[in-house]
Amino acid sequence: MKSSVIIFPGSNCDRDMDVALKKFGFKNQMVWHNDQSIPKSDLIVLPGGFSYGDYLRCGSIASKSKIIKSVIDFANSGGLVLGICNGFQILTETGLLTGILQQNKFLNFICSNVYVKVKDKQNKYFKDLKKDVLELHIAHNEGNYFCSDDELKLLEDNNQIAVTYCGEDGAEDESTNPNGAIKNIAGIFNKNKNVLGMMPHPERMIDKYLSGEDGSLFFKNILDNFK
Amino acid sequence: MKIKVIVTLKNGVLDPQGKAIQQTLNGMNFENVEDVRQGKYFEIEVKEKDENKAKSLVDDMCKKLLANLVIEDYKIV
Repeated sequence: MKSSVIIFPGSNCDRDMDVALKKFGFKNQMVWHNDQSIPKSDLIVLPGGFSYGDYLRCGSIASKSKIIKSVIDFANSGGLVLGICNGFQILTETGLLTGILQQNKFLNFICSNVYVKVKDKQNKYFKDLKKDVLELHIAHNEGNYFCSDDELKLLEDNNQIAVTYCGEDGAEDESTNPNGAIKNIAGIFNKNKNVLGMMPHPERMIDKYLSGEDGSLFFKNILDNFK
Repeated sequence: MKIKVIVTLKNGVLDPQGKAIQQTLNGMNFENVEDVRQGKYFEIEVKEKDENKAKSLVDDMCKKLLANLVIEDYKIV
């Protein structure tokens, strides 16, 4: 399975993502934001970081960068596009995903492990995933997902909510919501579920001795579903 | 021609920074402060002599980049 990771000025999880993808067998390439086209890929990843210094709004400048038209065309043709953290913010700013990531409710930068519940498995990312709750890592200042009531209803009706913050046992409530996101939302899909944006970093959980292996499950699952 | 734009959060959208500023002002004995909303201010120099044309260009910029209409309103002043 071929993948491409887009590097924006200020991306800082691009190489972690490259390491993670290659570890599980993706043929990964790095693509610079000023390029016009993306090499043939089955998956495009927008990595975490602080693209363009988070100027104006997180992800807003990257969402107008040269490469982004190719990403949007790829997504609209059904290709898999995964945005992690700042990548999720970029995807909302492009309009590929609805809503926006606002500043965390309590104004603090959060860096910690969290549990997320997989809410939908009828998609190429989570289909046949053996676990329902994953332990992943978050590190963000703007992860407070917000959208209008109408958009939220559409997300719920179409099962577009991908992952939600929860406890180790899968229980979702205010105590397991780190940033104030509505409905504990940590990640969502577009309508066709080929575009996934999420705040947690699976690429930081790929080594059982360092962190945990639930990120490994995530990447292996994408590969398994591609076969 | 210089066009000025103010971008603010829509009513009802949580503004934690505004809230923190309000609480700080209250703590500094500005007890009359009931609410603070924080926003952004832009001065845009447009190469255009016709004010209406310049404002209409800036309006387009607001919709496409300067404001995110999910949570923000803008006002060209």
